[in-house]
Amino acid sequence: METYALLGDEALALGAVHAGLSSAYGYPGTPSTEIMEYLQSVNKKEGKPLAKWCSNEKTAYEEALGASFYGKRTLVTMKHVGLNVAADAFVNSALLDIRGGLVLAVADDPGMHSSQNEQDSRYYADFAHIPCFEPVNQQQAYDVMFEAFELSEKLNVPVMIRLVTRLSHSRASITVKKSIPENKGVKAPDVKQWMLLPALARKQWHQLLDKEKEMKTYSESSEWNHLIFNESDTGVITSGLGRNYFLENADDFKTKYNHLHIGFYPPPAEKIIKLAEKCKTLIFLEEGEPLIERMVRGILPGNIILKGKLSGHVSREGELNPDSIRKVLDLAPKKLIDFSAGEIPGRPPQLCKGCPHDDTYRFIKDVVAGLSESAVMSDIGCYALGALPPLQVPETIVCMGASITMAKGAAEAGMKNVMAVIGDSTFFHSGLTGLVDCVSENASVTILILDNSTVGMTGGQNTILPSQRIKLISEGIGVHPHHIHVVDAHRKNHDNNMKILKKELEYEGVSVIISVRECIEYFRKKNKESKEETCS
Amino acid sequence: MKYDIILCGVGGQGVLSVAAAIATAAGIEKLNVRQSEVHGMAQRGGAVLSHLRISDSEIFSDLVPSGSADMILSMEPLESLRYVSFMKPDGVLITSNEPFINIPDYPELDTVLNKISKIKNSFFVDTANIAREAGNPKAANMVIVGAASKYLPLKFSSLQAAVEILFSRKGREIVDKNVMAMTAGGRI
Ligand code: SF4
Repeated sequence: METYALLGDEALALGAVHAGLSSAYGYPGTPSTEIMEYLQSVNKKEGKPLAKWCSNEKTAYEEALGASFYGKRTLVTMKHVGLNVAADAFVNSALLDIRGGLVLAVADDPGMHSSQNEQDSRYYADFAHIPCFEPVNQQQAYDVMFEAFELSEKLNVPVMIRLVTRLSHSRASITVKKSIPENKGVKAPDVKQWMLLPALARKQWHQLLDKEKEMKTYSESSEWNHLIFNESDTGVITSGLGRNYFLENADDFKTKYNHLHIGFYPPPAEKIIKLAEKCKTLIFLEEGEPLIERMVRGILPGNIILKGKLSGHVSREGELNPDSIRKVLDLAPKKLIDFSAGEIPGRPPQLCKGCPHDDTYRFIKDVVAGLSESAVMSDIGCYALGALPPLQVPETIVCMGASITMAKGAAEAGMKNVMAVIGDSTFFHSGLTGLVDCVSENASVTILILDNSTVGMTGGQNTILPSQRIKLISEGIGVHPHHIHVVDAHRKNHDNNMKILKKELEYEGVSVIISVRECIEYFRKKNKESKEETCS
Repeated sequence: MKYDIILCGVGGQGVLSVAAAIATAAGIEKLNVRQSEVHGMAQRGGAVLSHLRISDSEIFSDLVPSGSADMILSMEPLESLRYVSFMKPDGVLITSNEPFINIPDYPELDTVLNKISKIKNSFFVDTANIAREAGNPKAANMVIVGAASKYLPLKFSSLQAAVEILFSRKGREIVDKNVMAMTAGGRI
């Protein structure tokens, strides 16, 4: 069989293709982006599967539901916080009669390498009452797609696959299996099971609770949940990459622990009980939140000692790693070289040299300097890096689209000179509805939309629509044309741009300033691609 | 056999290509490889770190435990110091001597170089000059691969084949220039 060295994201994508994937939808977000990029590269060569970026995670999820309604196997990709955006569609989809396998691949970012929080998507699977797989290496990320689609079609529920940064962005060889053909297009046989009207949804909810019992049975017999007994009165329960770091240390163990690895949820209660019966102490090594530990712990203390994140034996913050788990496993720290490097100054990420956002922030900064009261609400994207020195302009960064709506709230609470700074792609993702809110109340806000013609942060994907349309869109929603400006984000226009911003801050109503200049990285990437095309 | 490498540098210096070259070479020799990378926000001019693990048996963790790296391979001197705690007592540290100064509090270069030279088995590589002399100033990262080759448990011919694979899309000339830079790095 052929082998490939692939990122975890890519292995999952290839697995999906070989498991009969017809269409995939997603929104870019580190560390999940490479799943869709890989699918798109397959599509480029082979003309399939369909692999599309969407306006946001919610639209992506709903588009996938449509494909599943027609009996096709579909995949939705996003990062963990994207699932907050898609949550409405996601939680409700658990009640539908899924026939075309529907798999959600969601990539968490413990350690916040490139995210605003560490939320653990397994809670979402639990909350929606759907099964969740958690691969621990690239091979499993590939293999799991076959089983996930199958299970989705067997139990007629969506299935989640949870990835984390260290798997998504780590490369290893995999062995591939024989491909299976796509499903034929067949409409869902019973549309009553696709209409969540209260009377119908109650039946669906009842069914889901029945399905949950099947999920539990599946969990008990699944190889993903693997229990090994050794001569020990201590048991270790690992999940996700916790298993890898645990096994990494195995050579140093004085006695081998009993070990239950959980890779499929809902967790296998009987296996946990079986393990606990043989143990005085249980140790929990979970990548992410202490989900299993919490379930096991319940409310009342038992007579078994439980050591994990809730008891403080394992850190609640950040990723696990081979070192951080040694103490709870009763191992001394590894021997280090006899040398201290002293304090090393940090080297945080920065806007690229010549980035257009830099020029936009500079004129905002100079305007703000002359105001007695002001706020700059920023948003998610490269431009969030403007919060670090030397610019330090943004004052809030919360979630996709929140710049515009928070600005409205602050202005309506009486604050003066409130600005929102949002990128073009983020505007299409979640800014449009906020702008509608502002116009409906004629809120006194000045919205700066940074048009760099790309999704810069995640490596230069195309925006969902050409960004030149933002002007027309703003007009169409009802921003007065006199208060829409398109400016060139360039140093040479600094003074003029300042003037425009000052004037619009004085206006008591909605202003939109579209600050345009192409992302330098995107520009380079485009050049490189066109050069390579002419070369080959 | 197990060989753990900590690769580091600054976003934009081609650290991931160094990782790809070594990982591909290990693949050619049918060894197991695990390589963790950094994408997204962390990439923009920030510190870049990649864990690369090579073994003839199963590798569990994507991350190298501290005190376990056989080699620290760095495109930038200050960055090599940042990850010293990963180094094994008998490991080697190979770093470019060329600083990348994009932070206001970068220490005196001499202090940095001095500290590094106090570490047992540490070596500097004049990547910029060697790359220039080899006719490819952009290939400082391949010079580092060459410099590492003496210590890596890999044949030089495998590294060469890896570079051929990685750059083949860009044409013969680019392949040759990168191989030349790597060879020059290997001579020191
Ligand atoms: S990738 Fe583009 S938008 Fe992002 S910092 Fe660099 S130049 Fe600016």
